[in-house]
Amino acid sequence: MLRPRAIPCLLLRKGRLVKTVRFDKPQYVGDPINAVRIFNDMEVDEIVLLDIGATADGTGVPFELIGEAASECFMPMAYGGGLRSVEDVRRVLALGVEKVVINSAAASDIQLIRKTAAAFGTQSVVASVDVRKKMFAGYRAYYRSGREAIDTPLVDWVRSLEAAGAGEILVTSIDRDGTMDGYDVDLVRLVTSSVRVPVIAAGGAGSVEDMGLVVCKGGASAAAVGSLAVYQGKNRAVLINFPTPAQLKAVMP
Amino acid sequence: MIVVIDYGLGNPASVRNMLRKAGHSAEVTSDPGVIRSASRLILPGVGAFDHGMANLAERGLIDVLNEAVRQRGTPILGICLGLQLMSRKSEEGVLPGLGWLAADTVRFRFPADAGERVPHMGWNSVTPAAETFLSREMLPDARFYFVHSYSVRCDDPADVALTTHYGGPVVAAAVRGNVAGTQFHPEKSHKFGLALLHAFVQWNGRSA
Repeated sequence: MLRPRAIPCLLLRKGRLVKTVRFDKPQYVGDPINAVRIFNDMEVDEIVLLDIGATADGTGVPFELIGEAASECFMPMAYGGGLRSVEDVRRVLALGVEKVVINSAAASDIQLIRKTAAAFGTQSVVASVDVRKKMFAGYRAYYRSGREAIDTPLVDWVRSLEAAGAGEILVTSIDRDGTMDGYDVDLVRLVTSSVRVPVIAAGGAGSVEDMGLVVCKGGASAAAVGSLAVYQGKNRAVLINFPTPAQLKAVMP
Repeated sequence: MIVVIDYGLGNPASVRNMLRKAGHSAEVTSDPGVIRSASRLILPGVGAFDHGMANLAERGLIDVLNEAVRQRGTPILGICLGLQLMSRKSEEGVLPGLGWLAADTVRFRFPADAGERVPHMGWNSVTPAAETFLSREMLPDARFYFVHSYSVRCDDPADVALTTHYGGPVVAAAVRGNVAGTQFHPEKSHKFGLALLHAFVQWNGRSA
């Protein structure tokens, strides 16, 4: 049986591992390669690395760091951040990365998703959608680390990403990011019921129960966690950790 | 020498890394001379079928591989697209496949209201369909990482080595003679994949 995936989602900024709250206040939480090594030893299902400064701060794609991380990864790895062209994608995939995560580039030109899918297959393209819930306007997609809004309504936007060739959708609630208040299950449900490709839910995981809920009630194929994987306890002490397979099995089908 | 074929698709380096972890050295190359002298071959691959066949042709590797596999009987392991390329043809493309397996590659088709999403992506368990080097060396509770929208269908059920389940039975691995292939990615399947690659290195190249 296909198991729902549990995925540590690690944020990079200027070569360091950070964790944000609502896409703001990046806090330094350690060395990314060390973290990848630990998650590999824990035999997690998959790993997602996102460089949040690559586009927003213009630091670009950290090829060397990605290559180093990939060589430590005996599980699938996805990378996102600053990818602007098929050539960028080709270089990243050649480093030993399975998938690329595309957000801002798709917002300005969806052709990058189409071209990447045509050249490397749909399974190599994860389209990322960052979402805020607006008081009167409902859900709205954003890009450039939550700085710019996408005019297309959310459901239409995720469907157009799927149609362009995204093999997977990563949906992140900006409002819940780093809060550990639980996923926005309604948002995830909306996305999973709008597309036929697998959906990774992110933003808000505070417990293994939250992960179970977003899979069972939200229809997510994978639960990504940030704070839960790098903090421990009420005081958010930095500690790389992850739910055990037994804990995950108890909450997921 | 174990040779991992580099034809511009997928991640030969990941396969080499996993082999190294299992204690085996391997060369990643597209050099026909090196491929000719290989004691065992691995054909990895991620991506579209026609792109894969075209890349092999462009590098002049189709004849080289046919000689090694068909005439010299060199053991070969195809991974993911590598397995699909060993079939006769695929619904994904128009180019003929390598045709080493009596099999065709078909797209997943599920009714619109089915729970299964495409691609089949994630960790799945497998069941031996025949006794092969793959089943003999498999760790308990083995799970493997799959990511594919197409799968192979073998004419002869005896060629199916492992199956998985996704909306129905799906070929997870096929073995015929010296030709073996997995639909999943052993190089990305932690200790389970490591054990499998180690088993391939020990394999005598006969299906039984």
